Amino acid sequence: MVVGGAAVPQTAFPGGAISVKGVHKHFLDPQGNTVVALENVNLEIQPGEFICLLGPSGCGKSTLLRLIAGLDVSGQGEVRLDGEEISGPHFSRGLVFQDPTLFPWLTIRKNVAVGLEARGILAAKQHEVDDYIRLVGLEGFENSYPYQLSGGMAQRASLARALVNHPKVLLLDEPLGALDAFTRMQMQDELLRIWEARGTTMVFVTHDIDEAIYLADRVVVMTPRPGKIAQIFEIGIARPRNRSYAGLFEIRARILELLHLVERQKPEYYL
Amino acid sequence: MYNLTEGGRATLETAPGKVQSLAGKNGFPAKVGLFFPFIASLLLVAEHLWLPNSHFMTLKPYFRWLIFTLTVTLGVTALYASLKREGTKGVKSFAGKAPLITVLLTGIILWDVVTLKFGLLPLPYFPSPAAVVGALVTEREILAVSVLYSLRLLFIGYGLGILIGLPTGLLMGWYPRAHYWLNPVLRMIGPIPATAWIPIAMVIFPTSFIASVFLLVLACWFPITVMTMSGVANVNKNYYEVARSLGASEAYLLLKVALPAAMPTIFVGLFMSLGFGFITLIVAEMLGVKAGLGWFITWAQGWAEFSKVYAVLIVMACLFSGLITLLFRVRDQVLSWQKGLIKW
Repeated sequence: MVVGGAAVPQTAFPGGAISVKGVHKHFLDPQGNTVVALENVNLEIQPGEFICLLGPSGCGKSTLLRLIAGLDVSGQGEVRLDGEEISGPHFSRGLVFQDPTLFPWLTIRKNVAVGLEARGILAAKQHEVDDYIRLVGLEGFENSYPYQLSGGMAQRASLARALVNHPKVLLLDEPLGALDAFTRMQMQDELLRIWEARGTTMVFVTHDIDEAIYLADRVVVMTPRPGKIAQIFEIGIARPRNRSYAGLFEIRARILELLHLVERQKPEYYL
Repeated sequence: MYNLTEGGRATLETAPGKVQSLAGKNGFPAKVGLFFPFIASLLLVAEHLWLPNSHFMTLKPYFRWLIFTLTVTLGVTALYASLKREGTKGVKSFAGKAPLITVLLTGIILWDVVTLKFGLLPLPYFPSPAAVVGALVTEREILAVSVLYSLRLLFIGYGLGILIGLPTGLLMGWYPRAHYWLNPVLRMIGPIPATAWIPIAMVIFPTSFIASVFLLVLACWFPITVMTMSGVANVNKNYYEVARSLGASEAYLLLKVALPAAMPTIFVGLFMSLGFGFITLIVAEMLGVKAGLGWFITWAQGWAEFSKVYAVLIVMACLFSGLITLLFRVRDQVLSWQKGLIKW
């Protein structure tokens, strides 16, 4: 399961609590019409919790993530981290996109070091850069450039880059969406391993039901037009989870039904 | 030689095999191709020595010496290459260039024949290769000094152009307000060929040297500003978002994200600026400055010594091509992170 096999740094970096209260978010489309991206969203995320935001495209899950990241501001309502209102991006909230967005002009080591360098503490923490490269199983690729890496490896580097800042919250926007099924499952397990050791609060956006129920403590199902939270599912199954465990399928069926993805078999009579 | 396509270098290197197989098809052993340049230079020597001249000319022996040396060198190289194994790197490189050298030498034979030997082209406008080589050798000191003067003016003008253009482009790409106020200036002043300012520059500035520096700065400033601006403006927005969420300040975003991300485009601007710089340099020297290659051309033209004009053109070709190669070397170093870099 673990490619790198390196020990996770065991220092405790407690996760943060996120509180989303009465958040509305509107956009103007090119025709000048108002599009409601989020309508009255309320969500309390406990410190160290693994949350998956699940829903079809247009349901506002990425918008909600961007609000928590501080990349957008809400029109109404408030988003707080540990009681403090979020007003902009901050290194306490790490970000991983579907596209690894590594800086192509930097080697992997320098990419991972960007957070420390930007905060001016690289000299003191240089050793941690290599620790995190090892943590995600990329030792030997420190001096490679991003174009030399496969999609999965690039995403690992992107994860290491976010983790090296010891974020309280890790925000992941469909981070495994571009990977093949096997790499994806492997990365899911690695993500869980890192999360269990670190205790970072995870907010994971996905449109893959299996991924959400395998990973999350709670799955927040959102529906589009207007984007809102439809229901929150408590998974409540102990880890390590078995991907083919019947309990997971039960939750899966309920989510599918909620999203109107299962047609009830209607009896048809031709007489 | 000026190959801007990606595979440029590769085709040159794979060419020898094809050339040799072509020679093989005509019934020659494959290695005969290595001797083509030697044969061509032998023909050149024979033609130059034994065909009668159409007009009387006191020629210095430099051209003769040059083609003798060339013939011996090509003969020895071909012999050496034919004795070595085919796959060797040096042999491959020589075999690859052999057709090119052959054609070049054939061209010089034609040139010599239509000028010195048959007098088909009017003099003094079309001197023979021997006269041009003679001019290159006899005027070597003044040519060298002219090169130094031109380089000084070019480096000052180009350097200042970059020093001004790069920050202007960065600011315009980064701050909408800077873009708002500077864009009209860029749009109106930029497209005017810098050389059109010559009458005004000559009046405003105390010396023609300073006036020329001004023209060069103006010429180099425009492309570098435009390319830097568009490079910065087109950076993937996700880079900024990731960097900000990692704790980057605005200065960090500008200098450590926007600038390196825009580097490939900036180098296009540097390349264009250099080209504009060459033009402006030569025109400025032809019209005002009393030194440099441009001045030397005008001066030689005044005496109707066209062999010297051609000599300067040859020097310019080597000098400017060398400078562009240098710029591309620097780019290859700076942009080594880019996949599939276009070769010069």
